[in-house]
Amino acid sequence: MRLAALLSLVAAPALADNTIIVQSTTSTQNSGLYDYLLPLFSDATGITAHVVAVGTGQALKNAENCDGDVLLVHAKPAEEAFVAAGFGKARFDVMYNDFIIVGPEADPAHIAGGQDAVAALTAIAADQALFASRGDDSGTNKAELALWAAAGIDAQAASGTWYKELGAGMGETLNAAVGMGAYTISDRATWASFGNKGDFAVDVEGDPALFNQYGVIVVDQTHCPMVNHAGAVAFQDWLLSDAGQTAIAAFRIDGAQVFYPNAN
Amino acid sequence: MATDARILPFRPTGEPLPAAIRAEGIRITRAGRRLLDLATLSLGETGVTALLGPNGAGKSILLRVIMGLVTPDEGKVWLDPALGLPAFVPQNPVLLRRTVRGNLRHALALAGVPRRDRTGRMAELLVMAGLAPHAETRARALSGGERQRLAIARALAATPRLLLLDEPTASLDPAATAAVETLIGQIAAQGVKVVMVTHDRAQAARVCSDVAFLNHGRITEHSPASRFFDNPASPEARAYLAGQLLL
Amino acid sequence: MQDFGQAFSQAFALVAGGDPDFLQVVGLSLRVSLSAVALACAIGIPLGAALATLRFPGRGIISLFASAAMGLPPVVVGLALYMAFSRTGPLGPLGLLYTPKLMILAQTILVTPIVTALSQAAVTELVREYDETLRAMHASRFDRIGTLLWEGRPALLTVMLAGMGRAFAEVGAVMIVGGNINHVTRVMTTAIALETSRGELALALALGLVLLALSLTLNGAVMILRRPEPELAHGN
Repeated sequence: MRLAALLSLVAAPALADNTIIVQSTTSTQNSGLYDYLLPLFSDATGITAHVVAVGTGQALKNAENCDGDVLLVHAKPAEEAFVAAGFGKARFDVMYNDFIIVGPEADPAHIAGGQDAVAALTAIAADQALFASRGDDSGTNKAELALWAAAGIDAQAASGTWYKELGAGMGETLNAAVGMGAYTISDRATWASFGNKGDFAVDVEGDPALFNQYGVIVVDQTHCPMVNHAGAVAFQDWLLSDAGQTAIAAFRIDGAQVFYPNAN
Repeated sequence: MATDARILPFRPTGEPLPAAIRAEGIRITRAGRRLLDLATLSLGETGVTALLGPNGAGKSILLRVIMGLVTPDEGKVWLDPALGLPAFVPQNPVLLRRTVRGNLRHALALAGVPRRDRTGRMAELLVMAGLAPHAETRARALSGGERQRLAIARALAATPRLLLLDEPTASLDPAATAAVETLIGQIAAQGVKVVMVTHDRAQAARVCSDVAFLNHGRITEHSPASRFFDNPASPEARAYLAGQLLL
Repeated sequence: MQDFGQAFSQAFALVAGGDPDFLQVVGLSLRVSLSAVALACAIGIPLGAALATLRFPGRGIISLFASAAMGLPPVVVGLALYMAFSRTGPLGPLGLLYTPKLMILAQTILVTPIVTALSQAAVTELVREYDETLRAMHASRFDRIGTLLWEGRPALLTVMLAGMGRAFAEVGAVMIVGGNINHVTRVMTTAIALETSRGELALALALGLVLLALSLTLNGAVMILRRPEPELAHGN
């Protein structure tokens, strides 16, 4: 790697010490949370955070390739596996909200007003009502698959019929669901800030199984020597601090709180 | 490149070369059809030579062989080295997308005319071709006759002493034709040897001092213009002058 | 479904409002795409001219690759560059991932084959038209190529526009290698993708309209440069 090392001397480091790259999820970006939080973080620490918003699966993969200094994602089992594999130092709870099942006004599977996600999915499958899945290994997709498993339904066997695997982000999936009148699962923040709801409404909410936990992980410095470790730790510490937690609680979409801080 | 083999620095016979162009054993066959078959050739002894003959006789390809733009299957061409590089104006000369002046400037630069001499030479060429009033006109907006005169003027940029013209008036009206013929006369009067392809008998009679008659890739007759038109020697030339279709 | 009229009024508001964030996105789009097109032309036009006028070993292969690569999906280019420039990739130490420089490189890779193949076609056509005339003027090979490129300005400007179209429309590659980072690597197309995913369809379409207007302006400017000359039909 001598050549590469030499070249790195020539090419000025693209990201100076006072910037960090946050690998994060579309749900947090699309909701506008970062537009609200990052200026506060920057004021407090002098660090500029650059957010790359992708699905949780891709965010974890990018971080594993050292293309980020810190992660803010929402798929706890995958995050714990990431830390266990030595890619991250430790994982901390930051905040939570919940997933919701949304669907068209016609509600062909008659699930509106329910509080039982598994029962709702069972009804959708029984009715073969259209269902739009992210299908992109994101945190929301992982949560959805866990619910199908809990319902004992192999939805992916029906892929291409009533079960549509889109392989797309949350917003694109909501656009598609609205376009074809399909049920789908969304995180509450993306839904709240989504601008193309059509006649869609929240059908199922409030089930503890729909709990959606976000966690922060600083990428391991031994695994990735080039990361901005100090900056990443500062970002994590600020999120977990009283100031960060208060800021998360204060964020509103149309007057409604969509993220609830729960750092220990 | 063909040029090197074609223009020899010495005269092959060692004798003074009477003709501007000499060739031996030129043969070109394409797709089984014989386009040129010349045992010997000697052209340009006098001022303006016409290459006359029906369509498909091989006139244009002969000019291109002389110019080095087409390499014959067999045979050799010698140009009198005293005349320098020949100049050539194809039947449909391509003018650059520039003004008349721009076209001449480009030709003068290509010809290696020193920068300080270009302005004077440009003025001469513009006047000679009768294009001085159109110097700033886009070349491609000129009339057919003006375009042809510009192409000839451009070919003169390098001050050639041998000028090859392929059907210089093929698509021109009588007035434009007369203007081009006048220009050719002026050029010849300056001592430039001209070889021009034409299928217009009357033009050959008006402009040329000698006529080489081509038919089916062969020169059947080469004689002074007066003799050719009064008393053609070859039966092909006689038939052609009588307006018969040669088969 | 939001209506199209709303998109037009939002597009107008964006342009009239002069919001600094918006202008930054427009500016970065222009910088990335125009740099890429300039680089692609610097490589592709001489290469295309060489392919059209010279015979050298590998000419056929290069020509074939250039035409085939015109259809290269941007996502594939983005992915390959991501793998090369990821911090753990072979070129990772350069620190170019998530920077405009790598976005320029990605678009250069996408545009160069188009410029090369179309230049080759254009110059081949020019050779057919001019070559005998120029050879009759005893022009050297170098002079001939120079004259052809100068004479071919209108055709080469069209080639450039085709390249610019590809660069402006492209989203797949810059999304991956740029990361769509606000204020850093967000360009028009990635902003459109983002607003679409936010369900702000009218705003997304408004951005698309601005992009179209931008493209129209650039095309118009080139069209004026390329002003057709009064050319009479050749009578012969």
